[in-house]
Amino acid sequence: MTKLIVDGKEIDVPAEYTLLQACEAAGAEIPRFCYHERLSIAGNCRMCLVEVKGGPKPVASCAWGVRDCRPGPKGEPPEISTRSPMVKKAREGVMEFLLINHPLDCPICDQGGECDLQDQAMGYGVDTSRFAENKRAVEDKYLGALVKTSMNRCIQCTRCVRFSAEICGAPEMGATGRGEDMEITTYLERALTSELQGNLVDICPVGALTSKPYAFAARPWELGKTQSVDVMDGVGSAIRVDTRGREVMRILPRVNEAVNEEWISDKTRHVVDGLRTQRLDRPYIREDGKLKAASWQQVFAAIAARVARTDGKRIGAIAGDLAAVEEMFALKELLARFGSVNLAVQGGDAFDPKAGRASYIFNPTIAGIDQVDALLIVGSNPRKEAAVLNARIRKRWRSGQLKVGVIGAKADLVYTHDYIGAGVESLADLAAGKHSFADVLKNAKNPVVLVGVDAFGRHDGAAVLARAAKFALDIGAVKDGWNGFAVLQNTASRAGALDIGFAAGAGGLNAAQMTTFGTLDVLFLLGADEVKVPDGTFVVYIGTHGDAGAHRADVILPGAAYTEKSGIFVNTEGRAQMANRAGFPPGEAREDWAIIRALSEVLAKKLPYDSLAALRQAIFKAVPHLMRLDQIAAGDAASVKTLAGRAGQAEKVPFKASVEDFYLTNPIARASAVMAECSRLASGHMLTAAE
Amino acid sequence: MSVRRLAPREVQPANFTFTPENLEWAKKEIAKYPAGRQASAVIAIMWRVQEQHEGWVSEAAIRAVADLLDMPYIRVLEVATFYTMFQLQPVGKKAHVQVCGTTPCRLRGAADLIDVCQSRIHHDPFELSKDGNFSWEEVECLGACVNAPMVLIWKDTYEDLTKESFGKVLDGFASGKPPKPGPQIDRQFSAPVGGPTTLKETT
Repeated sequence: MTKLIVDGKEIDVPAEYTLLQACEAAGAEIPRFCYHERLSIAGNCRMCLVEVKGGPKPVASCAWGVRDCRPGPKGEPPEISTRSPMVKKAREGVMEFLLINHPLDCPICDQGGECDLQDQAMGYGVDTSRFAENKRAVEDKYLGALVKTSMNRCIQCTRCVRFSAEICGAPEMGATGRGEDMEITTYLERALTSELQGNLVDICPVGALTSKPYAFAARPWELGKTQSVDVMDGVGSAIRVDTRGREVMRILPRVNEAVNEEWISDKTRHVVDGLRTQRLDRPYIREDGKLKAASWQQVFAAIAARVARTDGKRIGAIAGDLAAVEEMFALKELLARFGSVNLAVQGGDAFDPKAGRASYIFNPTIAGIDQVDALLIVGSNPRKEAAVLNARIRKRWRSGQLKVGVIGAKADLVYTHDYIGAGVESLADLAAGKHSFADVLKNAKNPVVLVGVDAFGRHDGAAVLARAAKFALDIGAVKDGWNGFAVLQNTASRAGALDIGFAAGAGGLNAAQMTTFGTLDVLFLLGADEVKVPDGTFVVYIGTHGDAGAHRADVILPGAAYTEKSGIFVNTEGRAQMANRAGFPPGEAREDWAIIRALSEVLAKKLPYDSLAALRQAIFKAVPHLMRLDQIAAGDAASVKTLAGRAGQAEKVPFKASVEDFYLTNPIARASAVMAECSRLASGHMLTAAE
Repeated sequence: MSVRRLAPREVQPANFTFTPENLEWAKKEIAKYPAGRQASAVIAIMWRVQEQHEGWVSEAAIRAVADLLDMPYIRVLEVATFYTMFQLQPVGKKAHVQVCGTTPCRLRGAADLIDVCQSRIHHDPFELSKDGNFSWEEVECLGACVNAPMVLIWKDTYEDLTKESFGKVLDGFASGKPPKPGPQIDRQFSAPVGGPTTLKETT
């Protein structure tokens, strides 16, 4: 620790701090443009100038270490001033220079109202400019479907260049030319390829990079802001949903150090237009092979009539990727009243909730990735299954303390890795020490075995999962204070479903069995679109979009999307989080739990909750840990042992990449024109790469 | 300085291959740096690329250099556009004339040389002459102020020029017989014109 005097106040900070960090620790506010906590230091905007006593000129505090400050002649601590006349003059000068070439187009700039330059010009600038010449003009660049450019506004802070190289791991942006003619661009204006490129818009301190789908749509001060969580993948990123009236205008990230830091994936951010299109806004019923609009009473009566003719055990339910805990719990209770335990969540057949929580969650936690020193990825492409989590892995890898091995389909993961093999047998080879990565795992302090959907999503997924668990135990990844068995759930609903036991009970059928011909009479699909239901089953689809599930349905009950309901979602690390309602469902659509509650009354199996609060009470009574929002109820390491004990025979076929198109993984994304455009660009990119 | 862009697609060659000698030379250049720091060789290698490819760096060449050094394309493009000594468009086949236009040369008549360039080659810098054999540009100080005014053609400087002697230099390049580099008047390097003025006696 080093003593410093900042604005007359003595503070004690670590010697490796920069002056900017030290000043912030002392409570002084330092304006900045190029400096960003999560990026490398460039020191080129000069806005963070402070005065160091004894120095002849102001110094850039972001690039000046505390240990570089010299003590006074009598050994006094170095003195920093952030409010002296010299600093004030320096900031005014820098601001005047920055504004020389920055257009005064705030009224037509999308960044207006949330612009760092605007705010800091107000706070630290002067009211006039002495620059009378012409301003520089720069051609706008094409950067793909998500980032719109207005390059006249660029102040060359190079945050975007550093972000794409460091966080995205796709060094596509750069600064060509020099001096006044420096321009930010990609190589020959090719579209960006990263799944995190939307964050460039947040990172740009001015209006040079703005959101293309959101261009000229709204002003920040006219938007209602709702804090929520994302459901596009299993990470559960913290988001803020901005609405105008009942319409969701955009989605922005919130800072959550434990989960997404401050990034969100492009799917999370730009799925917005999918919330407006293809919506199911009224109930439908199939008559003579065609879906016809109907009233709630009619559809409920139709369901009641069909259910009355069937045995309770021949009713089943499959929950989709975006289902919240509430509706799954209500549906489970409803089916229980019919004596049915035919429950499944999409892609969850491999898991057994009874084995314990640790058998299906990401035990090391996402923040725990920062301690991992050896990571074995089994059947997963984290870049596509959980882009933000992949950025976390990359961050750890960049520190040089992480070695990664991959078993499964080959993929560009934006960090170097040892490719070990394609299938389960590679796990056996590794266990036998046949690959050099075995030593890496053996010598690691905090090893992690990450199992992804390519592995557990197969029909023999349970066996693969058990093999991976056994391997994790064998290499000592599960020990006191560290549980290195990590299941990467790629959907928002799965961990929650398993938490409340939304899986085949004793004698119940799993998803694969339920979708086999002749096993069921009535099947409830709670937003499940990835299942192929055989003929002869009466399908009740509760969902939001006219996707595959709705096409197959006999009755459609229009539900609420994740921005239109309050719901608990459990992310892949087992963290219960609450999504909040930002708007209302369209037309006659209702919140899913309320639909199930209303249906239960028509079916004469009335569920005892009349409000969401009462339903939550029931959930919390059954599964107390869901009550502790934003916290993780740690799994018991013994569950991994239980799981490992079930090791069965797994087929020796290579793991197949199951998330083929990052942009089109769920019904909302498939309804989004922006996601479709991204998908087109991404596939086109792959074509050129393959040439 | 002005905005530097790659030449239009029509004049860009489709691909670029290192000659075996240059590739070998590039490998030696890479070996000068520690493993993983091969990107440090980018300027040296791109310079050699420019020499190999008629005095300018093409888009295909940028990709070739990037692939060789395992760099993202944009990083090589950044270097190529940063340094003005990398020509991004075709230059004269026989001579690309770099006229020094900084103060000492300017005072000693660089403007005349630029006039010659404009009348004999092309009115604008970086444009090819009609036959495609010549092009010119004005550059900053090339460090031969004592011999001002001067021009740089390929790797040689031609100094103490006048309109006439510069014309002869160009004639020499046009006919394939470049004159002797250095001062174009009776002078030894940058020694005083007309012979030594000091240290005349030998003891």
